[in-house]
Amino acid sequence: MLTYDLDAEGLRGLNEALQKQTQETNETQWEVVNPKGSHAIAVGLDAPIDVTVHGSTGYYCGGMNQQATIRVKGSAGPGVAENMMSGTVIIEGDASQYAGATGHGGLLVIKGNASSRCGISMKGIDIVVHGNIGHMSAFMAQAGNLVVCGDAGDALGDSLYEARLFVRGSVKSLGADCVEKEMRPEHIALLSALLEKAESDAKPEEFKRYGSARKLYNFDVDSNTTY
Amino acid sequence: MCGIVGLFLKDKALEPQLGHMLSEMLVTMTDRGPDSAGIAIYGEDQSGQSKITIQSEGGSVDYALLQQELRQALECDVKVTPNSTHAVIEIETARAGQLRNVLQSEHSDIRVMSQGDKIEIYKEVGLPEDVSKRFQVSQMAGSHGIGHTRMATESAVTTDGAHPYSTGPDQCLVHNGSLSNHNALRRKLTREGIKIESENDTEVGAAYLTWKMAEGASLGEALESSLNDLDGFFTFVVGTKDGFGVLRDPIACKPAVLAETDQYVAFGSEYRALVNLPGIEEARVWEPEPATVYFWSH
Repeated sequence: MLTYDLDAEGLRGLNEALQKQTQETNETQWEVVNPKGSHAIAVGLDAPIDVTVHGSTGYYCGGMNQQATIRVKGSAGPGVAENMMSGTVIIEGDASQYAGATGHGGLLVIKGNASSRCGISMKGIDIVVHGNIGHMSAFMAQAGNLVVCGDAGDALGDSLYEARLFVRGSVKSLGADCVEKEMRPEHIALLSALLEKAESDAKPEEFKRYGSARKLYNFDVDSNTTY
Repeated sequence: MCGIVGLFLKDKALEPQLGHMLSEMLVTMTDRGPDSAGIAIYGEDQSGQSKITIQSEGGSVDYALLQQELRQALECDVKVTPNSTHAVIEIETARAGQLRNVLQSEHSDIRVMSQGDKIEIYKEVGLPEDVSKRFQVSQMAGSHGIGHTRMATESAVTTDGAHPYSTGPDQCLVHNGSLSNHNALRRKLTREGIKIESENDTEVGAAYLTWKMAEGASLGEALESSLNDLDGFFTFVVGTKDGFGVLRDPIACKPAVLAETDQYVAFGSEYRALVNLPGIEEARVWEPEPATVYFWSH
């Protein structure tokens, strides 16, 4: 196991060391201490390594991640796991706005709450939030799954494409063209697997599913007055 | 961008260190806005005495001479304590209005930064570290304070464009964001008789709050109504004689983090600003909700 003191050794050194790890690396376990809310911790990784950050992080932690497992033992600032391609990012505390934005793949787990715009423009990532999410979440979300064990804020799934949204608690309001949909057995199975991977003991049967009514993004002229 | 920090002390034992902590927090936020910086600090309340913080361009006014002149003009005790380009005038509260009149008629070269029982505002163009050193902020004591570091968007990089803005006696406002209806609102407020000195959007926000409160609203009510009347992006932090408040617009894209312990309430545009505060590891840390007024008072 390697320990990196961010306060003493600086951010560039950390990202350089993590980014040069290859597929066959033996240096698979990394501990980062003294993050102190720094920006861009462990971004652009592309190797099957485990990175644990002891403390809270600032903007864009775990951005563009591929393959790596990044665990933050604290809270994360705006844009955590932005544009993630694969791998796993786990936040033990809360996440600030636009968590998992534009993510193409992989799994983002937030054990606390996520604030506004969680999963905005997601393109295939799976996001599981143990707590609540803020307003405008999954705005223009294209693909992937957003699972919320708590409540969702205003305008959930506004201008949604084909991402699936699962919410256990209340939804303050749905955005344009986002509607509640039937939970079929395949959705229960999908949700069950995601909850297990995200270390949540919530029951899939307690969730409601929301998705696109598909009236907006087809540019149906009759929908013109919807927005 | 812009960076905001704020610290409201519950534990009196920390008061001598307020300036030091606030200054350190502000310097951490330098890369959010390196154009200019300022602080409002709430120091000792001497009953019956008012403090008026003034500034002149590059400190061009001779403040010792000003003290003599004011003493002669007002025939009462006036103390002028220079601090770099700024100075704090102390005068019996009952005579403060007359003093303001003298400054206005005789000294167009002097800007009034703030007036009140406790508040002092210091702001200048430059990096937070330089501004903080210039005014020796780390030596200052007080019960609460607010700092701002500016990345200019809506008006030029000048002392007038720097924050905080005073919104009335012992009141101040700092802002991260940009107001888009400030020109229309400036015209409306000017018609109402409110004086607005700069082209800056935040000053209009501050003037709006002053106007609302002059109409009888409490600070909380004025902040609530700003959600309807101000268009644009804002995270506001406000200070009053014994209180400290936070408000974000409904979209809430300008970042904000609050932390609370038994000793203090702290605000930072980012968590980074708070990491060296005592007991931060055990503090309750959260992101303030959009369109929600938060307020603490002594």
